[in-house]
Amino acid sequence: MEKVDQIIKKWNSDPDFVIEMMQDIQDEFKYIPEEALETITLQTKVPLAHLYHIATFYKSFSLTPRGKYEIQVCTGTACHVKGAPLIIDAFKRELNIEIGETTQDGKFTLEEVRCLGCCSLAPVVMINDDIYGDFTSDKIKTVLKKYDEVAL
Amino acid sequence: MKKITIGLASCGLAAGAGRIKEVINKEVQDKKLQINIHETGCIGMCYNEPLVEVFTDSGNWLYGNVTEETAKEIIKHHSEEDSPIKEWLVKTEKIKTKDDTFFIKQLKIASRNCGIIDSTNIDDYIAKDGYKSLDKVLKMTPEDVIDEVKRSAIRGRGGGGFPTGIKWESAVKAAVKKNENPILVCNADEGDPGAFMDRNLLESDPHTILEGMIIGAYAINSSEGYIYIRKEYPLALERISTAIQQAKKKGFLGINILNSGFDFEIKIHRGAGAFVCGESTALMASMTGKVGEPKAKYIHNVESGFKGKPTVLNNVETWANIPVIIEKGADWFAKIGSGDVSENPWNGSSGTKVFSLVGKIKRTGLIEVPMGITLREIVYDIGGGIPKDRKFKAIQTGGPSGGCLPESLLDLTVDFDSLTKAGSMMGSGGMIVMDEKTCMVDVAKYFIHFLKGESCGKCTPCREGLISLDKILDRITKGDGKPDDIELMEDICETMKIASLCELGKSAPNPVLSTIKYFREEYEAHIRDKKCPAGVCKELITYSINEKCTGCTICAKKCPVDAISGKLKEMHFIDPNICIKCGICYEVCKFDAITVE
Repeated sequence: MEKVDQIIKKWNSDPDFVIEMMQDIQDEFKYIPEEALETITLQTKVPLAHLYHIATFYKSFSLTPRGKYEIQVCTGTACHVKGAPLIIDAFKRELNIEIGETTQDGKFTLEEVRCLGCCSLAPVVMINDDIYGDFTSDKIKTVLKKYDEVAL
Repeated sequence: MKKITIGLASCGLAAGAGRIKEVINKEVQDKKLQINIHETGCIGMCYNEPLVEVFTDSGNWLYGNVTEETAKEIIKHHSEEDSPIKEWLVKTEKIKTKDDTFFIKQLKIASRNCGIIDSTNIDDYIAKDGYKSLDKVLKMTPEDVIDEVKRSAIRGRGGGGFPTGIKWESAVKAAVKKNENPILVCNADEGDPGAFMDRNLLESDPHTILEGMIIGAYAINSSEGYIYIRKEYPLALERISTAIQQAKKKGFLGINILNSGFDFEIKIHRGAGAFVCGESTALMASMTGKVGEPKAKYIHNVESGFKGKPTVLNNVETWANIPVIIEKGADWFAKIGSGDVSENPWNGSSGTKVFSLVGKIKRTGLIEVPMGITLREIVYDIGGGIPKDRKFKAIQTGGPSGGCLPESLLDLTVDFDSLTKAGSMMGSGGMIVMDEKTCMVDVAKYFIHFLKGESCGKCTPCREGLISLDKILDRITKGDGKPDDIELMEDICETMKIASLCELGKSAPNPVLSTIKYFREEYEAHIRDKKCPAGVCKELITYSINEKCTGCTICAKKCPVDAISGKLKEMHFIDPNICIKCGICYEVCKFDAITVE
């Protein structure tokens, strides 16, 4: 929890910046551990219920650990009309998980994202920082394999 | 060869421009060429990314769809002789290219520097007369600056369309009355799906946004400014943060700006993923570390906004226009666009608007056009029409709060008022083109589903209305629609429009009402005939193989559930009992042999 203390200090324990603190914690741990929320409460005096409200209101926060690779299927309008729903179905089938879930080995988390702003390349899938444009369902196996090799 | 620039905004990077840059760097080193390699943002031609421009004594040559191989070839060619490779050119002043029509009807004001300057280098911006307007403004009185902006008649580019000058003036009045300094905010929470104009401005020309904000701050006497930027745009965040540091170093921002005695600081707040935070009161709640729930607007932000102080909130694109208005004058700006705004800004729409032109269109990208242009000019002259010879069906404007307009309205002029009159709205600038293979009921369901997830849940009409609409649309797309479902939805929409607390709820019915108005027969086909004419709604369609099948077996190999059988070079068959309608066979078939109906 030393990291959490550092993050809170970075924002001067200012209650106006609890969202920023939580974003830094999310980036650091890939989720927001319960103890981190308790630490923020102690140091900023923002009630825990309030922090929980924030954590569940904003989409970028997760209260459960995420997979090593986060697969974000863009569901912006351009991606939707170009077939994003079929791509989501295909990922679900391939990984045997639902939206928001993580594979048992902790490797992949599947997420829908509102719009990545790369609409000209629709449909778009982003895995961690890699963006894949003009995506089609039949590319899934090949793309996921890349992350196998990285893991090895 | 003097210089090479590579477009490295998000879309360029996603198309592989990072790799192209490495290849070019290596080629230049290997060949020991004495040329500078520059980064730039996005010129809007996303359909041609990655883009590489070569500057030589004979001219500037912009190449599109550059691959590792063509990049090497381009370097080799230009280093040996000063002439372009014509067939790969997409833009140059010297000769005609097939892409010239993409630019002819455009007029760039806010995005004038995008794809031209290196956005990470403040000197590039200064070389394009950057911060000159700020210098000019500091010699004017704040009242004169507000007057200039008022006379330009510019209206808010975030979608609301409220006249910017009037907003500034009201904030000043409120500040004087309350004896407080006003706050200035830049809304960079571009949440509309299918819209990325602001992302590009932030990535490709962040200084124009800062300059606009500093001018605005001087005009309203604010010393405290904020940029609220969505977390999904990491590169934009990085570039605007760099720009702030650079502007401070040069004395354009901070204490005693350009020795004028005027102080102004800008801080950044990152959004955390909530569409409703684009709504001004929700955004300001979020900026104080609270959940983004909107407030009723009987008190305006200009009187009591961020932390109860008078607050001016304008969108990225609005700020980006301000330096040019100051530079070229209000009269010049007011003459561009539609309507006569000399007496009253509400009488028309002055200036230009940046749109993201995406979906089923040949040339996807970012365009900036004068207000008053028709949708037809945008779709066909600039966008090049619909790919695969399919029929145009609708154009969606205004994001989830907007509507879908049919072919019969293609001659409609694009400005704040005519789009609203037609049941859509200008919005922040997303334009999604749909063709005959797009199901309008599915599109309505998509937007309602989106809004249901994004409604903050505070007021009942929006929360419950969206849940009910989602449920009804879901059953229609599954073939369980009831005969009076259309009327029921219209009734719910009416209530939401009247009784919702904020604009999210008030405008949420637009996608449903506009599709019912213009595509009613498609709803009826779903409800009455249990058919999806566009072949999208899974429960109402079947996949089959037609006589065009050559027996290449690719579909059978790719089918994830082994629903396709057939011998090599013989027609294949899909077993409808096994088929899960995943669409992969349709995607992989090269012979157009898969029928969906």
